[in-house]
This record gives sequence, C-alpha cells and structure tokens, in this order.
Amino acid sequence: MVRGRVLGGVSQGFLLVWGAMVVFPLLWAVLSSFKSDQDIFTSPWSLPTRWRWDNFSRAWNESHIGTYFFNSVIVVLGGVVLTLLLSSAVAYVLARFEFPGSRPLYYVFVAGMVFPGFLALVPLFFVVQNLGLLNTYLGLILVYAAHGMSFSVFFLTAFFRTQSKELAEAGLVDGCSHWGVLFRIMLPLARPGLVSIGIFQFLGMWNEYLLPLVLNTDEKRYLVTQGLASIAVTQGYHSDFSGLFAGLTISIIPVLAVYLGFHRQISAGMTAGALK
Amino acid sequence: MHHGKYRFIVSLLAVPLAVYAVFVVSPYVQAFPIAFTNWEGLSASYQYIGFGNFVTLFHDSVFWVALRHNLFLLVSLPVIIVTLSLFFSAALNYQGGVPGARIYKVVYFFPGVLSIAIIGVLWQFVFEPRNGLLNGFLRAIGLDGLARLWLGDGKTALGSIMAVVVWGGVGFYVVLFTAAMAAIPRELYEAATLDGAGAVQSFRRVTLPLIWNTVQTALAFQVIGALDLFALVKILSVGPGGPDDATQVISLYMYTNAFTYGKFGYASAIGVTLFLINMILTLLTFRLTRRERVEY
Repeated sequence: MVRGRVLGGVSQGFLLVWGAMVVFPLLWAVLSSFKSDQDIFTSPWSLPTRWRWDNFSRAWNESHIGTYFFNSVIVVLGGVVLTLLLSSAVAYVLARFEFPGSRPLYYVFVAGMVFPGFLALVPLFFVVQNLGLLNTYLGLILVYAAHGMSFSVFFLTAFFRTQSKELAEAGLVDGCSHWGVLFRIMLPLARPGLVSIGIFQFLGMWNEYLLPLVLNTDEKRYLVTQGLASIAVTQGYHSDFSGLFAGLTISIIPVLAVYLGFHRQISAGMTAGALK
Repeated sequence: MHHGKYRFIVSLLAVPLAVYAVFVVSPYVQAFPIAFTNWEGLSASYQYIGFGNFVTLFHDSVFWVALRHNLFLLVSLPVIIVTLSLFFSAALNYQGGVPGARIYKVVYFFPGVLSIAIIGVLWQFVFEPRNGLLNGFLRAIGLDGLARLWLGDGKTALGSIMAVVVWGGVGFYVVLFTAAMAAIPRELYEAATLDGAGAVQSFRRVTLPLIWNTVQTALAFQVIGALDLFALVKILSVGPGGPDDATQVISLYMYTNAFTYGKFGYASAIGVTLFLINMILTLLTFRLTRRERVEY
C-alpha cells in the first residue's frame, strides 16, 4: 500500500509539473501585457509595478488589433453560419434519401478531410482571384464554409441518421411538405448536433492562419491571428513589447472564454471524431 | 410525390454542391496539371513541361533538407507526444482517478484550442534571447550556461519548435486516451491486481491493448499533423525556415516558392509530392499499427 501511495504521489508530481508548464507561459504573457516595456526588460519575472491598462488601448487602436478582431468576428461568424446551413442541407438529404449517386456524393464530401490543404493552395488562390474575391470578407467566408463542409457533413449525416424516420414520415402523412418536415421537425431536433459542430467550426476558423495569409493580403483586412503574427514578425521585439503582449492577450481571451464555457462539449466533440 | 421529392433534393443540394465544387474540388483537381507546367510569376502563360518540375525537385537540395526534417519530425513527434500523453493519462487514471483529474484535463487541453499562430507568437517571447521566459528562468535558477539563442542557433532551432508542438499537442491526446481508459471495466484491473500485476504491468497488459485502437488513430493524426507544421515554422523560425534552412519543412518551402517567388508550377509539384508522401505514410501507419482489436 505504501508503494501505491508513493506511486500516486509521483504521478501527481508529474501532472503538476506539466500543468505548470502549460499555464506558466500563458500567465506570463498576460502579466507582461500589464507592464511597461521597462518592467518587462528589467524584471521579466515580477508582477507589474503599476498595472498599465493603456497597453491594451494602444494595441487595440495603434497596432490595429481592434480592426483585426472585428474582421475575424465577421469572417468567423459568417463562416460558421454558412457552414452550418450548407452542411445540414447536404447531410439531411444524404441521411434521409437514397437516390442515384448519393453514396459517391457522400465520399466526395468526406474525402476533403484527408487531402492536405497545401495541395490545393495555389489553384485556390487563383479561383478566388478570378472570382474577384481576394481580400474580401465574402471570399474568406465562402472558402471557410466550403472547407468546413467535409467534417460537418460527415458529422451531421451520422447525426441525422440517428433521428427516427417515423417522425419524418408521420409529418408527411399529417400534410407537412418536405420543407416543413425539415424546418419544423428535423432541424429543431438536430440542435445539439448543430451546436457541437458550430463550436468546433468556430474554434477552427478563429484559429485559421494559412488561408487568410494567402487569400487576404490587404493589411486593413487582416484577421487577428494573421495581424498579430505579422506585427510580431515584422516589428519584432524592438518597438513595442508591452503592446504586443496586450495584443496577444486580447486574441487569447475569446478562445479562453469559449473554452471555459463549453470545455466539456469541446473536448467531447474534438475527440469524438477520433474515437469513431 | 416522387417528383416533389427529387425537386426537394435538388434544391437542397444545389448551392452547397456548387460552393464545394468551386472552392474545394476544383482546386484539388487543378493542382495536378499545374504541377506539370513551368508557370512562373503572375503572367498567365505557361507550357507543359512533363516531369520537369519533379526532376528539378529531385536535384533541389533544400527540398531534401526539408523532406529530411519532415521525416524526422514524423517519427519523433508522434513518439514523444503519444508516450507523454499515455503517461499522463495513466497518471490521471491511477487507481480510478487522482484528485483534481478534471482540472488537469481542462488545463492540459487548452493549448489545443489556441490558434497555432498565437502559440507561435507566445513562444517567440518565451524563446527571446535577452528577456524571454526560458532564458530568464535558466538564469534565475543559476543555469546561465544553458541560456542560448534557441531559435537563432541552427543546433537548437528545430528542437525548440518541436518543444512547442509537444507543448500544444499533448493535452488533446491526454483527453483522448483518458476517455478511452475510462471505458475499461474496473474488474479487469482488479483481476490483474489479484494476479499480482503492479501498476506498470497492468498498464502494459490491460490498458495498452484495450486502447490500442485509439493509440493507432492518434498516431495517424500525428502523421498528418507532422507534415504540416507550416504556421509554427513560419512564425517561429528565423528567415523563415532558418537559420540556414535548419527548420525548413516541405509545406513552408512550397508556400515560399508559390507566394514569394511566384513559381506556381514548381510549388504545385511540391504539393503533389507532399500529397503522395502523405497518402503512403497514412496507409503505412494504419498497416504497421494494425492489431487484432480486443473486445470487452
């Protein structure tokens, strides 16, 4: 039994160390965002001598994090809503109706999950350019939605299949049209699935870096990840250390908030795909 | 009735299919023919040059360096991440769950939902030579000798980036593995204990075989992930891809060729090669890790 307790203690020790390694850099960044550059340089370890909220307003306005944030919100919300609309339409049809070509169609959508995005990067750039959608919100929203469809169709088709066909047929017998059945019965019942996939897509799109980097090169249209990375890479450390930390903190907070609010659904949703 | 059904199906599918075809299917399809052209710059004119790009690629030393890094990462990252995650999951599940297990899982998972770009910027600060967290920590505990340029030094640059991948990746697999471990019936462990198995033995004989399927999936995820370290390498490495291509990876080399040099044909050839390697490795991973699934 003593051996058991020692082993338990050792496990706790390792768990604590890893926990500290995860939390520490994040905490350090958040604390640094309240310091002056002077504080950061001379005492990177201590608490701020004076809490400087002006770092945040400087990052928000002068480093344009505010604009980037706003751009991200528009693109991500548009992307999530459009992905949900398009994929639930496809998933509903694939789950409920057998028609010529329904199987291959399903595989075409699902195949998008295994192809590396890099392969399509160059042609995608020209597709978006030829449609006149480079550096536009609409362009990014459409690309995000299209790329979000593979996983969403896969997930939602499975979800719609679990719903009872009897309910839909009862609706039809009672004089509902196909549209009525979809909007009045099936979609409301699918809400939990739509919410899970919505959260999942939100995180994926909020975190996207490569697509905006290629399709969104106008500095005023930068998304928050892209903008932050660009500030960090181009002006680097020499100019405004504390402002950069503030920008970093601003971009972490929404993800942290969503995560703390929904962490159970998020980890369940993200690991569900892997466990199947 | 039937007429109405088909009209309904078509009207639901038309828009999603069009969007998917334009922005997903068509780019993938076009990538292959472009790989056989000498398309450079923004001019629209180009010729088909057969396997020319692939021949050039074969003699391109940077490509081989990048490929070597990718293969190295491909082997080492999954081993490190899966081993660490299995270890932490086992510790979390020790005797049915250590105190605070839920909090650990929430904390560990968090980097997994953070943007890779944001993680990159954060770790740029951690690795910063003069005022960064890492060197500051080393100096604070009296290990000044270990402080170094991290990302600026060819010897440590790739390892530093790997550390970030591990830092961000472990939490996801801890949650994945603990979920799989929690599904194992307690009686199996009790039986193992009665038979005299210690913690390590019951892990090897009971836990591991029963969650092997999940481990296999995790390895496959890692293979795909290891080929695509673009964002981290682009943000963290000096150069990017440096110093002296010390952190060069295929995805970054492809991006640079396409969007910095405008060599679209060549970049597509790199993309096609990456795709083929990816396919082979994914299939190989599934074959190598295939074992009889244990039912319980």
